[in-house]
Amino acid sequence: MTPFVNPRIEHEPAIAHLEPFREFARHAPYLRDGARKYSRKICASLEDAVRAAGVRDGMTISFHHAFREGDKTINMVVDLLARMGFRDLTLASSSLLSCNAPLIDHIRNGVIRRIYTSGMRGKLAEAISHGLMDQPINIHSHGGRVRLMDSGELAVDVAFLGVSTADEFGNANGISGRSRCGSLGYAKVDAARARTVVLLAEEIVPFPNAPASIAQDDVDFVVKVDQVGDPSKISVGAARITSNPRELLIARLAADVIEHAGYFKPGFSLQTGTGASSTAATRFLEHRMRARDITASFALGGITGGIVDLHKKGLIETLYDTQSFDADAAESLRTSPRHFEISTNAYANPTSKAVYCDRLDMVILSALEIDLDFNVNVITGSDGVMRGASGGHSDVAAGANLSIVVGPLIRSRIPTVVEKATTVVTPGECVGVVVTDHGIAVNPNRPDVAERLTAAGLPVTTLPDLYRRAISLTGEPAPIGFLDKVVGIVRYRDGSVIDVVRQVKD
Amino acid sequence: MKIVKEALAGTLESSDLMVRVAPSPEGALDVVINSEVMRQFGAQIEKVVRETLERLSVTEGLIVIEDKGALDCAIRARVQTAILRAVENPVLEWSALS
Amino acid sequence: MRLRRSMLFLPGANAAMLSTAFVYKPDSVMFDLEDAVSLREKDAARLLVFHALQLPVYREIETVVRINPLSTPFGRQDLEAAVRAGVDVVRLPKTDSAEDVLELEREVERIERACGRPFGSTRLMAAIESAGGVVNAVSIARSSPRMIGIALAGFDYVMDMQTERGDGTELFYARAAVLHAARAAGIDAFDVVYSDVNNEEGFLKEVDLIKRMGFNGKSLINPRQIELLHNAYAPTGEEVDYARRVVAAADQAERQGLGVIALNGKMIDAPIVNHAKRVLQRAEASGLRK
Repeated sequence: MTPFVNPRIEHEPAIAHLEPFREFARHAPYLRDGARKYSRKICASLEDAVRAAGVRDGMTISFHHAFREGDKTINMVVDLLARMGFRDLTLASSSLLSCNAPLIDHIRNGVIRRIYTSGMRGKLAEAISHGLMDQPINIHSHGGRVRLMDSGELAVDVAFLGVSTADEFGNANGISGRSRCGSLGYAKVDAARARTVVLLAEEIVPFPNAPASIAQDDVDFVVKVDQVGDPSKISVGAARITSNPRELLIARLAADVIEHAGYFKPGFSLQTGTGASSTAATRFLEHRMRARDITASFALGGITGGIVDLHKKGLIETLYDTQSFDADAAESLRTSPRHFEISTNAYANPTSKAVYCDRLDMVILSALEIDLDFNVNVITGSDGVMRGASGGHSDVAAGANLSIVVGPLIRSRIPTVVEKATTVVTPGECVGVVVTDHGIAVNPNRPDVAERLTAAGLPVTTLPDLYRRAISLTGEPAPIGFLDKVVGIVRYRDGSVIDVVRQVKD
Repeated sequence: MKIVKEALAGTLESSDLMVRVAPSPEGALDVVINSEVMRQFGAQIEKVVRETLERLSVTEGLIVIEDKGALDCAIRARVQTAILRAVENPVLEWSALS
Repeated sequence: MRLRRSMLFLPGANAAMLSTAFVYKPDSVMFDLEDAVSLREKDAARLLVFHALQLPVYREIETVVRINPLSTPFGRQDLEAAVRAGVDVVRLPKTDSAEDVLELEREVERIERACGRPFGSTRLMAAIESAGGVVNAVSIARSSPRMIGIALAGFDYVMDMQTERGDGTELFYARAAVLHAARAAGIDAFDVVYSDVNNEEGFLKEVDLIKRMGFNGKSLINPRQIELLHNAYAPTGEEVDYARRVVAAADQAERQGLGVIALNGKMIDAPIVNHAKRVLQRAEASGLRK
């Protein structure tokens, strides 16, 4: 019998090299099975999902870190992969935090061989700084991570993405269900780029689950798990409104800089980050915006309750959210028609076709160290041990019209302004203003800003002066001893290497 | 000055330090320093502690420092307080304290 | 004429506060060895303050030490520590009479001589905390050439008056009396602390009152209050414009050797010129009122 529905085309030379049609479900056999048609992506267990995804030794697996210190997915999946006997994996989480300390054993046992991450903290960072891994980790920015994927260097085989709800087709979001992290800005990137995408869903909800932050056409498998994360731990350490007078002083100065640097005009845009001082700065902004009758067109990046408050009061028209930093932000993302979730590709990837960070007027950024050339370190403490994350720091500093780095001049006895940064993450040429509790320094490449801030009566000084002031109080710190071994490679957002982190000497 | 009893001074709050002093059975001067900023300032802290002890003519005793990133001025004050609390009939010799 | 709008209280036993408080730039910092320090920590606080006073950063700011009363076992040692460390001003608590100040003055003289500090370089101020002190405010204010000011301390005073802190009615006479005594003696007057640090509105209301009464400033217990206070004391643009014209007219009169200063055909006397200078000084320190 002819395989063709239409026998007249059987000997047609024009189609000899093409597959003849046989039956409608030949390449979609589930369509013949009423139940399987709907449930074919659902796996009975995480182990089944791992098998279905075809994980093999040496593969690259990825995760998102939207739950931050409350994440339950990364450790759970890697534990399972270890029990299943996989080895030599490359771990590509959008970032790692203190809660990921259990990975230490999996690194030691050879389950994880390489790591790509925005940063790391706690015991894991301590161990890697002390030479735990044979291969140095790669530290990337949020935008740079997407670029590494698009360039082919970071080719994710299987993405394991924790979500609070998904339907059986894989439409998922982080604003419904129990453990809501809000924006899935990091995960959207993995969903769109990984060869195989496994959703770990805390709740499988009836189809259609909307909005689909992660869309069904990117998802291969869906498995129900008990808990993907604890949203109450997203903003650990980031108190909502500080009462610390020093942080408030820095916040007030940062708000003064925002007001007087030349960009505080109707329709301006800003990103404030999540440090105590920057969160408090948003509180000081409200009064200034009202006094001058100025509203912002949009706020970007990590969204906090403070920003949501200004949005609700009509002072910020639109929010573009890559990471919701508290329950207020997640709730606003769910309810406000002008609060949008964006991927880190749309946020900050330098090779994306357009990124929001290039439209920013001003950003408030934090720093562990700022050196006399305005280079910023957000990765290593001054003891040389990793304790931070690159995040969107270098992305936004490059894109924004003015980046404002804030921090206390001295943390207990450790000066923040130093001669040479232990590790450079953001190049000094992208840093406009440094705000400390002892005064403000403006990059010599921004004489326009220096002039405006001085005219406004702000305490403008220089970095060398701040440095001398710090040293006069703390004394000169002894240089940190490092071994030759490189434990981390700091990738600039365009993929180039901006610095390395070496193993600390004990 | 001679340390005749155990004494404490300071707190474990950030930017402060706790100093514990005790008589030394062997008659030696033993200074033990733990610090949050050991890598950067361990040597400087030890220098300040030993100078402070010397000016008070403390030549024997066990001195244990638990430092939370205190400035030198706080280190001097806490060490002096602990010593003055540990000696018989303390007298404030301001020239030895400055 | 020294600006003394804000006097920030720092608990003497708190190492972290002593190591950072200068960043808030109050007009004066007051290291407290008295009420903010427990009996067990009097020795520790005294030594902490002794060393903190010698930090170079505190040379940029007026330093005050509140010692324990000389009648306590701590007062004289506190005074030794403060004077020898180079404090600008010693604040005597619970001052009831001029004799209290004179006793302090004698002790200060002795210590200045003993440590080689220039005679007279240690200035004094007295806190008035009782009905007796308020009644004697004039003689206290005039008791010593070292005196730079007197402060009303509300907590003990209202107890003594058998009332409690409220809307300010309870301080009505004391504020007026302390202020008049200070002005008559040509020294500064400081108002009570406002202890509800989270009540900005209440704080500003009180600041408005004492500023209009004529107080130089106020004792503060939280750094967050400094900016609010300085802003409340900052002049408006019109005030600054007028003050500039007054000072310019005074300068011109002096250059021309005229005994009479005139502005827009009106005669201006010395108090107006002094007030104008104070307005310009406040504007210089904190800009225009926001």
